[in-house]
Amino acid sequence: MSLALATPVTVHAPRSEAEAAEIVRAARGPLAIEGGGTRSGYGRPAQAAATLSTRNLAGIALYNPAEMTIVARAGTTVSEIEAALAEQGQMLPFEPLDPRPLWGGAGEPTIGGVTASALAGPRRIQAGGVRDSLVGVRFVNGRGDIVKSGGRVMKNVTGLDLVKLQCGAMGALGLIVEVAFKLLPRPQAGATLALDGLDDARAVAALSAALGSPFEASGGAHLPARGGAPARTLVRLENFEESIRYRVAQMTTLLAPFGRAMRLDDAEADALWRDIRDARPFAAPDARAVWRVSTAPSRSPALVAAIGACMSVEAFYDWGGGLVWLACDAAGDAGASIIRGALAGGGHATLMRAPDAVRAATEVFQPQTAALAALGASLKQAFDPDRLFNPGRMVARH
Amino acid sequence: MTEIAFPAPDPRIMGRRDAILAGLAALLPAECLVTSEDERRAYETDALTAYRRMPLAVCLPRSTEEVAAVLRFCHAEGVKVVARGAGTSLAGGAIPQEDAIVLGVTKMARILDVNFEDRVIRVEAGVTNLAVTAAVAEKGFFYAPDPSSQLACTIAGNIAMNSGGAHCLKYGVTTNNVLGVKMVLIDGTVVDIGGDFLDAGGLDLLGLVVGSEGQLGVVTEATLRILRAAEGARPVLFGFGSSEAAGECVAAIIGAGLIPVAMEFMDKPAIEICEAFAKAGYPLDVEALLIVEVEGSDEEIESQLARIVEIARAHGVQVIKESKSAMETAAIWKGRKSAFGATGRVADYICMDGTVPTGQLPYVLKRTGEIVASYGLRVANVFHAGDGNMHPLILYNVNDPAEQAKAEAAGADILRLCVDAGGCLTGEHGVGIEKRDLMTHQFNAEDLAQQLRVRAAFDPQWLLNPAKVFPLEGRDAA
Repeated sequence: MSLALATPVTVHAPRSEAEAAEIVRAARGPLAIEGGGTRSGYGRPAQAAATLSTRNLAGIALYNPAEMTIVARAGTTVSEIEAALAEQGQMLPFEPLDPRPLWGGAGEPTIGGVTASALAGPRRIQAGGVRDSLVGVRFVNGRGDIVKSGGRVMKNVTGLDLVKLQCGAMGALGLIVEVAFKLLPRPQAGATLALDGLDDARAVAALSAALGSPFEASGGAHLPARGGAPARTLVRLENFEESIRYRVAQMTTLLAPFGRAMRLDDAEADALWRDIRDARPFAAPDARAVWRVSTAPSRSPALVAAIGACMSVEAFYDWGGGLVWLACDAAGDAGASIIRGALAGGGHATLMRAPDAVRAATEVFQPQTAALAALGASLKQAFDPDRLFNPGRMVARH
Repeated sequence: MTEIAFPAPDPRIMGRRDAILAGLAALLPAECLVTSEDERRAYETDALTAYRRMPLAVCLPRSTEEVAAVLRFCHAEGVKVVARGAGTSLAGGAIPQEDAIVLGVTKMARILDVNFEDRVIRVEAGVTNLAVTAAVAEKGFFYAPDPSSQLACTIAGNIAMNSGGAHCLKYGVTTNNVLGVKMVLIDGTVVDIGGDFLDAGGLDLLGLVVGSEGQLGVVTEATLRILRAAEGARPVLFGFGSSEAAGECVAAIIGAGLIPVAMEFMDKPAIEICEAFAKAGYPLDVEALLIVEVEGSDEEIESQLARIVEIARAHGVQVIKESKSAMETAAIWKGRKSAFGATGRVADYICMDGTVPTGQLPYVLKRTGEIVASYGLRVANVFHAGDGNMHPLILYNVNDPAEQAKAEAAGADILRLCVDAGGCLTGEHGVGIEKRDLMTHQFNAEDLAQQLRVRAAFDPQWLLNPAKVFPLEGRDAA
């Protein structure tokens, strides 16, 4: 099959949301939305001859640390935001995935890209996902209207929650021009406990015990044996120094039936959690297909075993076992039918990385029931009736 | 603000009431269909009791299939549907209209599945909020959102309004704790959104449905996150000489990196009302009171409270009362949790629910007092200080139409103030009918038109809870 996707020739880089709205109103054909360009390998290959870039829509608009919220334009780099927050001892709660290791890109990830792709890291289990911290958006819809939803306060149920809808919509519902996030204080201290040598099922049982304890684990991951390294199961605690001392002792006791938990060196632990967040075990130039599967922790070891019985696959687990990263051969449908068959509706499998041709021919996101797909199509119509934004990037028909 | 308008009943529906009842009777057993005027009266209002309308009929289905049958019928016949949980909405979200049926979910109240390993519970939507926690408490778990009405309110209503509670500063509101729903669309189609896992890919329909006030579909089942409770929890009570000092103390606690599980504020009128009712030992000679609760082991609680007390001292705290026993803790919370009920014994009231950036709290509190005084009324303030969600209770006499009009006008002024201060009309109660006509103050025409188009994607004929959320004028924009 020939993909012959046209290389974008026109790049629009509006300097204001008003200018962005002008461009959309004047658009005669599809627009590929781009922030830092670090996630262009995510989703189906978009079919657009022009690019709409947020690179000139950048900068922190409002940050008052005492209010624990930040408002930033979509093209603001994540590094700028994280630096500003770190200076005040705060952070984005959800540990945004850095896309560069997985897709091998250069460039700087933007907060707009974080919002549109909604890929949260290990702290998801405790502090929520991208959607849970996002409290407001401004976007340009397909009619060229500037629309706001939510705001900059922590609790807001005024009107329909279009904020959540935009989060993770891959730009299909509009050009996000500004976002507001609520924040958390950076924990004063952290500790990571490791258990070595557990098989997948035993590891997930250990993680369930840890996450079902009162000690507020902020990370729970399992890295199966790899190369010469033994399997390693990790539990992260974050809190004030004196709490950490107490909770490490409690957690060690709680995990005793699974083995002797060792406290890792802080720097080593930080690097490990970063690697888990970014799926670094499968980082480029590894050319295998990569899947991200969300399911119930208690089902994930059997899921991985069932997939492994049909094809060669490597896996590791985050979110206490509820998130499974898989790497497999990228040929054919990159394992889609085997993985989704094994999942049998009990979760969602997303094809994170594969050659363009594979992602053009395979559903990147979990196929939906006819009724949900119809709602999705109606929503696309409600935001972008002329299919201007990122056509085909999320769903072939949109 | 003038009296909230209801759309005129559709004569084509009113004239066919008998045929519609017969159609419903063919779908539901007699005990699930309420038609007599006496029995329907129990459903003519919710907790916004100043407004009431008698519905055509009340359907109380026992299963998703029965809900689907009723909705399919109403869709075909063009009959409007107001979904209802326990009817505790303070915003009038469940108030019927004469040409609509009420679809109540209270007969669907089973716990379907509890899974401690995956920390989820699946329930029918008519189960009460507190029953969810009760179902998991024996293993030390709980369901986090805890609206004041939790003894009565249903998960269905919590999902419709995206309910919060006193403890959402740490644990989030309903939308952060729902993983999946089974929902019936207006044409009777049953959809499953989400499941027992986190962050499914694709459009976040779940996030859209939570807080949609019964306008997108009727939720019949939900999968909820349950959390292991902390080893213990204990509040400290602070009395301050001014609301400003209390507000600055809240900001300083957050600034120090502490996330207490709750930070509740009460002003002098609220303190007096609650103390008279609950005998909680609240100080009566202070202008503002903060209840700050922390969690953990005994030692952790001690050390956190020590930090917090130190901060409070630096902000001129006048009274410090640390709970020393479970009984004292219960008393401190009894005062706060009974604030609405205790106020109701003193006077009729309307409860506002605007949220403002926390830095604006002192200014908004001061202006709130001035606004209410300018109408010749009294106000008591009780609210969640950590997240800026205010609850001014405007006291008035419900039997005096002039006073009611004044109270509503003062409430509207306060909500406009909240929006102008960078906040919003409602933090956790929902828009309902109460704040419907103020939506244009927070949203411009483009914002509202986009929401209307989204709504129309689910319910093109506007049959689901149609008189709510969006101003009655301007709906053609979508």
